[in-house]
Amino acid sequence: MSDAPARPRAEPQPARPRAVTRPARPRAVTEETTLTRRLLIATAIGFLALFVMLPLAAVFVEALRRGLDHYLATFSDPDTQAAIRLTLLVAAISVPLNMVFGVAAAWAIAKFEFVGKSLLTTLVDLPFSVSPVVSGLVFVLLFGAHGLLGPWLEAHDLQIVFAVPGIVLATVFVTFPFVARELIPLMQEQGTSEEEAALTLGASGFRTFLTVTLPNVKWALLYGVLLCNARAMGEFGAVSVVSGHVRGLTNTMPLHVEILYNEYDFVGAFAVASLLAGLALVTLVAKSVLEWRFGDALGQSRLH
Amino acid sequence: MTVDSTFSPDRRRLLVRSAGALLAALGGLVAAPLATATPTRAQTVTLVNVSYDPTRELYRDINAAFAAEWQKKTGQRVTIRTSHGGSGRQARAVIDGLDADVVTLALASDIDAIARESKRLPDDWQQRLPNNASPYTSTIVLLVRKGNPKNIRDWDDLAKPGIQVITPNPKTSGGARWNYLAAWAYELDKTGGDAEKAKTLVAAIYRNVPVLDTGARGATTTFVQRGLGDVLIAWENEAFLAVNEFGAGAFEIVYPSLSILAEPPVALVDQVVDKRGTRAVAQAYLDFLYTPAAQRIVAAHYYRPFHPEDADPADLARFHPLKLVTIDAVFGGWKKAQAEHFSEGGVFDRIYAPGAR
Repeated sequence: MSDAPARPRAEPQPARPRAVTRPARPRAVTEETTLTRRLLIATAIGFLALFVMLPLAAVFVEALRRGLDHYLATFSDPDTQAAIRLTLLVAAISVPLNMVFGVAAAWAIAKFEFVGKSLLTTLVDLPFSVSPVVSGLVFVLLFGAHGLLGPWLEAHDLQIVFAVPGIVLATVFVTFPFVARELIPLMQEQGTSEEEAALTLGASGFRTFLTVTLPNVKWALLYGVLLCNARAMGEFGAVSVVSGHVRGLTNTMPLHVEILYNEYDFVGAFAVASLLAGLALVTLVAKSVLEWRFGDALGQSRLH
Repeated sequence: MTVDSTFSPDRRRLLVRSAGALLAALGGLVAAPLATATPTRAQTVTLVNVSYDPTRELYRDINAAFAAEWQKKTGQRVTIRTSHGGSGRQARAVIDGLDADVVTLALASDIDAIARESKRLPDDWQQRLPNNASPYTSTIVLLVRKGNPKNIRDWDDLAKPGIQVITPNPKTSGGARWNYLAAWAYELDKTGGDAEKAKTLVAAIYRNVPVLDTGARGATTTFVQRGLGDVLIAWENEAFLAVNEFGAGAFEIVYPSLSILAEPPVALVDQVVDKRGTRAVAQAYLDFLYTPAAQRIVAAHYYRPFHPEDADPADLARFHPLKLVTIDAVFGGWKKAQAEHFSEGGVFDRIYAPGAR
């Protein structure tokens, strides 16, 4: 806007030396100036460095503050090992479950028309919009000793909340949308024509799903599963409500970080936090490696 | 590898094989903890102790000592799992179904609540062990920053304008309720029993509170780690621990002229121990708290032992003598104090109403 009044004065005198400093190649209208580009890149990198890289580095620096011995000593503590095992167990149960649920929900929403479809779409998003504390409390209200199903569970000696099943339920609830949300837009965009072709060629519904639908979405599915896994291992709020915080029994890694921090064991807290961060980094690297290894072959269906 | 067709047999085999490997890995992860849990069950027993916030370090030592003694006596290995948090919140979890063999909470009314609302233990639980079921006591003191820059000496200094006070939420924390009642008892004592004046003082103190944490340890972290506030109202043991952790140079303990005798009680949760078959070991665990070995550990962790003669005199010498009043003498017991001050619509709700600040 500011250079608009300057232009009429500049144009009648193109021979003036000042005009020579303009780029030799005329700039395409779709192209930004070098300055804008550099500013944008610097802003993005600066922001990432400040808000992602710096805190991440701080975690590792803090964890190694008193040397590698202290860092490793944290992981020889049986309570820490139990927390790591529980976190992996919860992720190992909830991620495959959500993979199946997510594919089923996305398939239903993207490929079929039925009554209540918009309601289902909204329900899929529900865990995103509800506070994790509420997600946890829902299960206490349902399965707690004074909850709706509490007396029945107690009569049958079944323990849901303050035990592993409650933690798994809360994690499944919170991480449900990740897979479905990744798949729905892609499957809607792809439409149903390929499936229709397969069906008219005589393939069964299941075979169509396995050989047409699934290969078309596998990168989105992988991405959703990785996000789902990262959140399943990192979830704090909902799990905190249903956990009971019993060390060695119902304590997951994020909860263990809080406990160690509150016990003034800062090296321990950051050591466990660094492991959590490390697991997240491993999932990202795994995704990149898979993309790099099979990316050229499977590139057609790749959106991420 | 062929790349021309999406459905080449090679690729399909690869995908199937990797999916199989993934499933096997997941299966292994799931099975491993289950498999390791089974063979050990026979010769070991697990107790769950649901406790309040600042007892983490205390019970770590008590548990080790008890496990050693129990194994010597019976040959059985006992693992004690602990959970820590604001006393009220912990009681809520036990009411909602957390299977605690024993509860070791900050005050009697939280265990009363478990007895009343869940019937998991009888109402007369406090008569089943000596000293109102409190193997150790403590009191409430003030922790200030080095050199006491705001010159805080006693409870009424906390009500002065411009002083920031850190104390947890009395609704969720047991220690916070002791804090509140200690200030109240001080003003009652000073004014010869004027409840209105006590209410004015306590209301003024809570107007100086910028944030209410859910438990005592959270409040301590707010004060010592995040550097918020001029004074922390804290358990005596918690104040000593903070001074130790961060060096005597960073903080100072101020003993007020009067405080309250805090009795954190312990109890067996009958319904749970009978269901899990752990009554004998759980009872032995609670009895152990009164033995000379445990009383010594108690004093070492800055709790005031019920049997001071069993403790190391050097540990006892660290406690500053001060005038202590009891909840029974000043407030007519926990049931009455809880109903009057901390129940829904009680005195605390009225003085800490949003907008009243």
